[in-house]
Amino acid sequence: MTSVLEHTDGTDSGLKRFLATLSGVDKVGVEARAAMLGTRSIKTTSKAWAIDTAISMVDLTTLEGADTPGKVRALCEKAIRPDPTDSTVPSVGAVCVYNDLVKIARTHLDDNNGARIPVAAVTTAFPSGRATMAVKIRDTHDALDAGATEIDMVIDRGAFLAGRYGEVFEEIRAIKAICKDRAHLKVILETGELVTYDNVKKASFLAMMAGADFIKTSTGKVTPAATPPVVLTMLEAVRDYYEMTGIRIGVKAAGGIRTTKDAIKQLVLVNETVGSEWLSPTLFRIGASALLNDLLLQRMKMRTGHYASANYVTVD
Amino acid sequence: MEFTYAAAPESRSVVDIAPSYKLFINGDWVAGKGGTFPTINPATEEVLSKITQGSASDIDRAVKAARNAYTKIWSKLPAKERGKYLFRIARILQERAREFAVLETLNNGKPIRESRDVDIPLAAAHFFYHAGWADKLDYAGVGKSPKPYGVVGQIIPWNFPLLMLAWKIAPALATGNTVVLKPAETTPLTALLFAEVCQQADLPDGVVNIVTGDGRTGAALVNHPGIDKIAFTGSTEVGKIIARAIAGTEKKATLELGGKAANIIYDDAAIDQAVEGIINGIFFNQGHVCCAGSRLLVQESVYGTVLDKLQERMAKIRVGDPMDKNTDLGAINSAAQLAKIKELTSAGDSEGATRWSSPCELPEKGFWFAPTIFTGVTESHRIAREEIFGPVLSVLTFRTPAEAIEKANATPYGLSAGIWSEKSSKILWTAQNLRAGVIWSNTFNKFDPASPFGGYKESGWGREGGRHGLHGYLLTTQKSHSQKGGK
Repeated sequence: MTSVLEHTDGTDSGLKRFLATLSGVDKVGVEARAAMLGTRSIKTTSKAWAIDTAISMVDLTTLEGADTPGKVRALCEKAIRPDPTDSTVPSVGAVCVYNDLVKIARTHLDDNNGARIPVAAVTTAFPSGRATMAVKIRDTHDALDAGATEIDMVIDRGAFLAGRYGEVFEEIRAIKAICKDRAHLKVILETGELVTYDNVKKASFLAMMAGADFIKTSTGKVTPAATPPVVLTMLEAVRDYYEMTGIRIGVKAAGGIRTTKDAIKQLVLVNETVGSEWLSPTLFRIGASALLNDLLLQRMKMRTGHYASANYVTVD
Repeated sequence: MEFTYAAAPESRSVVDIAPSYKLFINGDWVAGKGGTFPTINPATEEVLSKITQGSASDIDRAVKAARNAYTKIWSKLPAKERGKYLFRIARILQERAREFAVLETLNNGKPIRESRDVDIPLAAAHFFYHAGWADKLDYAGVGKSPKPYGVVGQIIPWNFPLLMLAWKIAPALATGNTVVLKPAETTPLTALLFAEVCQQADLPDGVVNIVTGDGRTGAALVNHPGIDKIAFTGSTEVGKIIARAIAGTEKKATLELGGKAANIIYDDAAIDQAVEGIINGIFFNQGHVCCAGSRLLVQESVYGTVLDKLQERMAKIRVGDPMDKNTDLGAINSAAQLAKIKELTSAGDSEGATRWSSPCELPEKGFWFAPTIFTGVTESHRIAREEIFGPVLSVLTFRTPAEAIEKANATPYGLSAGIWSEKSSKILWTAQNLRAGVIWSNTFNKFDPASPFGGYKESGWGREGGRHGLHGYLLTTQKSHSQKGGK
């Protein structure tokens, strides 16, 4: 396996040259493929499996200006025991909060049998990424020092759209250097601002080459977010990167995935694009908040045969 | 972790298949004189019903009914009234779409996903489209007040049974002709259900007649002196027989025949979508598609990448029960077609091409063929020249655009072609130089009733669909008959 980095020196022109070698993405074609996979009919045992798998992949998220310690503790409780009435429900993939709440989340999880659940923090001047590098670095250090083991950074979309690929690349490298062995690095592309699938593919490669452990669609603050064709484009990039390097990069779909149906469509995309290797929380995550309750309601429906009202799941 | 999809079968209970079927002549079900034959589900070999073998005298009866309906009713009806019947038929097809989709899949073997999402919606769309034309034929581009031929004999294939029926009947009725239609021997059931739709729509008796049977029934229809025009979709071999049979008569004909389409992948294509296009081009409907992209022409500089991705993608094609909503590739339509596919692929082996098939499990009962590609194919191989009409792709390479054109055009056929590139100037240049009636760029197997479909060379005569398709059902009238008070 050759290192992709051999193909580029990390400069704007070097990265441009490399990214230009990637084949384009045809909008009509990728949307048609995603729509076709959206017709897969997932029933009975496979639906039950998919629901539990999706729950285990949820990065249970709260990223509001109104977040408080109380809200975050409640979220952590939900992450550990999504359904207090049913101990067979798996815990979620991670808890995702703003920087200043990481410590509260980490402590609460550790004190309540949730030590295995990682805390993810959003950094680098999330969600816009509009800050100096010094601030972004400090932001990330803060999160790590507070106990985050997953860093969800945003790329500088302005730099990307202006063609300053070297700058985007260097920022990711710098944050990766801070994370090193302490944390998993998820790189948020904010695909809703990159707009074209060609850009999504290029940004995916840029992030993977710069050291991302995961590439993530969106902040959740911009729509459209994790649409099926965007996720499909990123999964194809991940698959091609694996072919080139032998390295498996994870994908996190975040934003707009609210129903069990949406989540299952994501799992189908994963299954039929990169395959079963990626059907695990170590390589696929779904960033969401409202989704979890719908997954729980569908899970109850499968067990009892009838739909429960939303009053039977906890608010988070 | 493995994500296996549990069975998701469409319910069969929406269809009601009679133990036997008569012929639909003059608005009524009448017994035929040629005996019966079984029709089966090719996925299970289960006998679904007994079908009447239409005899020459049955054809005669149907043609007379069609003539009578033409003379006495249909030709006298105001054009907008004809249009209303077509709108009504279109709506009924939509209302009964699920029933038609299930029946099509049971009798044809194609995946329910395709009959549900492609065949039936498109069939309804053809009726809607042509309904709109019925009272606007002055604008069809064949002169003022064009006239219908009269009675049209139509023979359709088994690959898209209801859709091909719609391609034939909708323009014929819109233009004011009446019809005797013979569905394919192996797939008569949706045509017979369509007869019910005609009754439900109160279509006047004799405007549409459906006579089932094999090639003998078709020959009787072609040779009947009361037929003004033959519209045929099927093999080039049979098309030639029909052309000979009507030579020297006043009968007109449109023929939609075979193909061996080139699907050209340039090195600057969006490769992942091109691979999807290759899959769709050859594995849609088990490759039982006259315009299938059965000859893949890949630019040598991306050959390795395309082939790797194609094989990886082929391994994900879900082959099996056509009634399962997650099936991508269903059953081969008949034992005879399976034998033909096996014969041609054996020729591919013995001529030195390399065969690779998707590692899928095939059901024991029924007729099945795994998705297959041949590499190392050269222009002279039979599998590069003859229409296989199955899920079998021949892969060839080229070095320059000029070579791609040369190879793509080196065929007696000329029905369709595909071009994959992100560079539009190259797409346009390629399209201008391809000798094919339908050319898709960065897509494949896209159909629309507004778009004319038909081939160059031995792929046929005439066009179906769009304004051009109307020409096949209209006599051009040059004389002016509005001397005074005219528009």
